[in-house]
Amino acid sequence: MDRKTLIRLRADLYLQVRSYFQEQSVLEVETPVLGRSGPTDLHLASMSLPSGSSQYYLQTSPEFFMKRLLAENSGDIFSISRCFRDAEVGHRHNPEFSMLEWYRCGFGLADLMSDVEALVSRLLPHLTFSCHSYAEMFESCLGVNPHSASDMDLLNLVKSNTKFQGDLGRASCLDLLMSECVEPELAGEGQAYFLFDFPVCQAAMAQTGENEDMHLVARRFELYINGLEIGNGYLELTSADEQRRRCQEDNIARQSADLESMPIDEKFMKALDQMPYCSGVAIGLDRLLWLIAREKRLVKSSQVDLGEVLLFPWCSL
Amino acid sequence: MATYSTNEFRGGLKVMLDGDPCAIVENEFVKPGKGQAFNRVRLKNLKTGRTWERTFKSGESLESADVMDTDMQYLYNDGEYWHFMHPETFDQKQADQAAVSEAAQWLKEQDMCVVTLYNDAPLSVTPPNHVELEIVETDPGLRGDTATGGTKPATLATGAVVKVPLFLEEGEVVKVDTRTGEYIGRVR
Repeated sequence: MDRKTLIRLRADLYLQVRSYFQEQSVLEVETPVLGRSGPTDLHLASMSLPSGSSQYYLQTSPEFFMKRLLAENSGDIFSISRCFRDAEVGHRHNPEFSMLEWYRCGFGLADLMSDVEALVSRLLPHLTFSCHSYAEMFESCLGVNPHSASDMDLLNLVKSNTKFQGDLGRASCLDLLMSECVEPELAGEGQAYFLFDFPVCQAAMAQTGENEDMHLVARRFELYINGLEIGNGYLELTSADEQRRRCQEDNIARQSADLESMPIDEKFMKALDQMPYCSGVAIGLDRLLWLIAREKRLVKSSQVDLGEVLLFPWCSL
Repeated sequence: MATYSTNEFRGGLKVMLDGDPCAIVENEFVKPGKGQAFNRVRLKNLKTGRTWERTFKSGESLESADVMDTDMQYLYNDGEYWHFMHPETFDQKQADQAAVSEAAQWLKEQDMCVVTLYNDAPLSVTPPNHVELEIVETDPGLRGDTATGGTKPATLATGAVVKVPLFLEEGEVVKVDTRTGEYIGRVR
């Protein structure tokens, strides 16, 4: 695709996104790209840089700042921002990328999934959407319930179903089995899948609750289109105590993995208790743009390569 | 011994896996949003030529393999070994059938080849992309027939059999692409 077409393609995408949110009365906000802290998640690596005598972190998502706005009663907000995740380089990853993130006050996960569907089906009009629980998809691919399986059961599944050898923790077993065994089943042409109710060990910043089988699950969903992970939505946790407990747990895990522990963002913590009941979602705009380009037959192959839709991909800087 | 981490894996990098030297063919980074990152890697086992698939946690590392591609001149075959010489150091190496394998049919004395050395012994031999070889056996040529585009098998001096145009005769020299085994042209 020539560069002019690519410039226009992204400009059109942003125009459509902004017009959707204007109709929905969701306000666009700008948040800092540099913050005083980053996420504590074990598998998110923030890039940091010094300024004056302080250390600043390039944001891995606008989440902390947007939640602080929500706590100030901003109402529904969205942002299109540049995010940074260190060492994530590949066909599906660029260390600097564009994210669309939005929050809807009073929305549960089902409302938010409908909202996502309404936006995405404007951008990709030929999609068929379906909705499945994480457990349902996992069980139909691997024959085991992911919530009740023991750590050992999961490791055995990894041994017999993937090309990985060695030891892995519970969450990582689930990640690997998802990407090697379940994701290929979500690759149907023109199919969009919402997966909801995630394993509780992957709750991150989502609320937890019991599903109909009485398993504790994380109130999260992910959207897959043509097998590509596009978005990640949460019923947002609004308890600072619970969030602090999870961050401390993360930092213990970081220390045992020889990673720097991350300072806990106290302003964010304070905001959590003031936040309204809401759901939020983040969508990878570069991936979405690739799917749009693919639908218009502007990409080389059906294998995703974000380098095709970035004007300045990481490897060409 | 040096090690390479998954984020340094590039096509062509030589590493040790399960005790065998391998070349990285492809390295795909996979990571769910906030989850563990993995690298799905395809490697070619340089001993067996077979391709392996392995998944590693990102950041895991493999030992580098002492494998070097060296330009060497092919000297002769003594019936059991193929002998090669380094053009500057005059250092000689002998390669066995397993190492030479398919390349044998293209090796002409004096030609420069790439000899892949593992722990200083030949592991594999790559002939030049193009070789010029004499036809030693083929059906008689159809004089003047340069237009019909038909082909016939011809046996070359090294034993390789390639399809050549009908007008070529025994004793003529042809240029062949060793990667595809296809005739490229006649050498006058």
